[in-house]
Amino acid sequence: MIRVRALQKHYRVHKRPPGFSAAMKAIFRRQYTWVKAVDGIDFDIEPGERVGFLGPNGAGKTTTLKILSGLLHPTAGEVEVDGHVPRKREVALLKKIMLVMGQKQQLLWDLPPAETFELNRAIYDVPRAEFHKRVGELIELLELGELITKPTRQLSLGERMKCELAAALVHGPKVLFLDEPTIGLDVSMQVVMRDFIRRYNEQHGATLILTSHYMDDVAALCPRVIVIDKGQLSFDGSLESLVQRVRPEKRVTLRFSRPVSKEDVSTLGTVVKHEAAEAVIQVPQDGVNAAVSRALGSLPVHDLNVENAPLEEVMSELFSRSRAAREAEAA
Amino acid sequence: MRRVLRAMPTMLKIGFSEAAAYRAEMLVWVFATTMPLIMLMVWTAVSEVAPVPSVSGRTWGTGSFVAYFLSAFIVRQLISSWAAWEINYEVRQGTLSMRLLRPVHPVLMYLVQNLAFMPLRFAVTAPVVVILLVSPGGAHLEKHWATWLVFLASLAGGWMINFFANIAIGALSFTMESSVKIMDVWLAAFFVFSGYLFPLDLFPPWLREVSAWLPFRYQLGLPVELMTGVHELPTALTLLARQLAWAAAFLVGSLALWRAGVKRFQAYGG
Repeated sequence: MIRVRALQKHYRVHKRPPGFSAAMKAIFRRQYTWVKAVDGIDFDIEPGERVGFLGPNGAGKTTTLKILSGLLHPTAGEVEVDGHVPRKREVALLKKIMLVMGQKQQLLWDLPPAETFELNRAIYDVPRAEFHKRVGELIELLELGELITKPTRQLSLGERMKCELAAALVHGPKVLFLDEPTIGLDVSMQVVMRDFIRRYNEQHGATLILTSHYMDDVAALCPRVIVIDKGQLSFDGSLESLVQRVRPEKRVTLRFSRPVSKEDVSTLGTVVKHEAAEAVIQVPQDGVNAAVSRALGSLPVHDLNVENAPLEEVMSELFSRSRAAREAEAA
Repeated sequence: MRRVLRAMPTMLKIGFSEAAAYRAEMLVWVFATTMPLIMLMVWTAVSEVAPVPSVSGRTWGTGSFVAYFLSAFIVRQLISSWAAWEINYEVRQGTLSMRLLRPVHPVLMYLVQNLAFMPLRFAVTAPVVVILLVSPGGAHLEKHWATWLVFLASLAGGWMINFFANIAIGALSFTMESSVKIMDVWLAAFFVFSGYLFPLDLFPPWLREVSAWLPFRYQLGLPVELMTGVHELPTALTLLARQLAWAAAFLVGSLALWRAGVKRFQAYGG
């Protein structure tokens, strides 16, 4: 479905220090610098896959999505989406894809979302019967109800995002690029959006590519992740294997029937968190059984839970490692 | 092409709904374009003292000034476009991305959006047309029906020049920080050389000659001249041909600028 080879996107950007004198100098002599937003990445995505693009701010995730959707022309490399070259922006491709950006909107601001749906029906040439069926489904699944008849400007952020997503799906895209689709939404709205996106993928076999800073989005939606850092691909594989690679240790959460000292807990592994009646310890993967046996044998445990390190921590460690590697390289 | 034609009625209908939502802003804009009415007061005051002769031999009295400036006001409403400001904003904010993702050429979307305001513009100009007909200016309007047909075509031509000039200037924002200043320069030239502030007939001969070679006269001056019966039919047709040549040049030029610009679009934000 998607094939990317040696993709590069380099920008020339104007650079000047702050201050009046720098502003005056910039009038006569502008200084430019090259930014390598994407610097030679390769990957393939199969039809129906759900893939998360991860990386720190400015890593090149959104730039890659914009190239895949034809908004940006790459500096070099090859990109194909369902047999089309995106930068040519052929109608056949545009009818198959959609990019949903959490911070940009396609809904007509002063008109109700229903008008944007109707406009998209006409623009994408969706047969009326199919349009009514699809919009009916979207209204039901996203619980849009009367929202679609209120002017967009009067909707809350969460309501607007649900309508944005519905507007993006009126033409039934086969490839959906989602750039921070849950940004700014409250937790319950994030769950609604995630559930809906997963259901759309399952029912329509659509390919999904998602960028998000909310690791819960990624964990809930993306069996596969691609990590991009400083424009380069640093990992491509399952979420589980990413966690194993970065933080192979397990977290054991212990809840006690009476207070236990930190010293007693620390005999089991590295203490991550300690409170009177609860502790979290980190142990090597092959030491979990032993640690659990010892805890059950020597401490008043009434509940325990073994899990991976939180994804946020995994990502934070991954990014700090790559930052450290770059700094070492520069030194 | 057939798909786009099928989409047009819906695009126009929704564009009109948007226009209706922005009716207050549009009225404010109309008030901002009342310069011909101010010039009308100035020139009628002058002509009441003594008729104003032009180098071409024509004498401008109160009636001819009323006909000219009310016509200029009407034409200005009907040829207006604001695509340059919209493109400039959307390129800078990155919101143009949403247009580029749709399978309809963005220039066509701007065109439909601008045309969708026409019914409201007709509604605004209708009372002015009535005033023109019953005023002393009514006697100075074109009498020949065939010239009125040429006028209608010239109105379309004037709108096309204006719209595609907007697209061309808007497309410059792909390559420069902001193209709005270019639009300001364009408008300054338009005010002088289109006949918007004063009839080109009152210019000295050399300046009239210059204005004949510029596009501005064909945006507004020509439709106004045709309304006010300045030209015989053969001359009117010749001028219309020149106007359409300008419109075609702006169409080709603006689309070329757009195509070149989109390649440089950086889709900021998001």
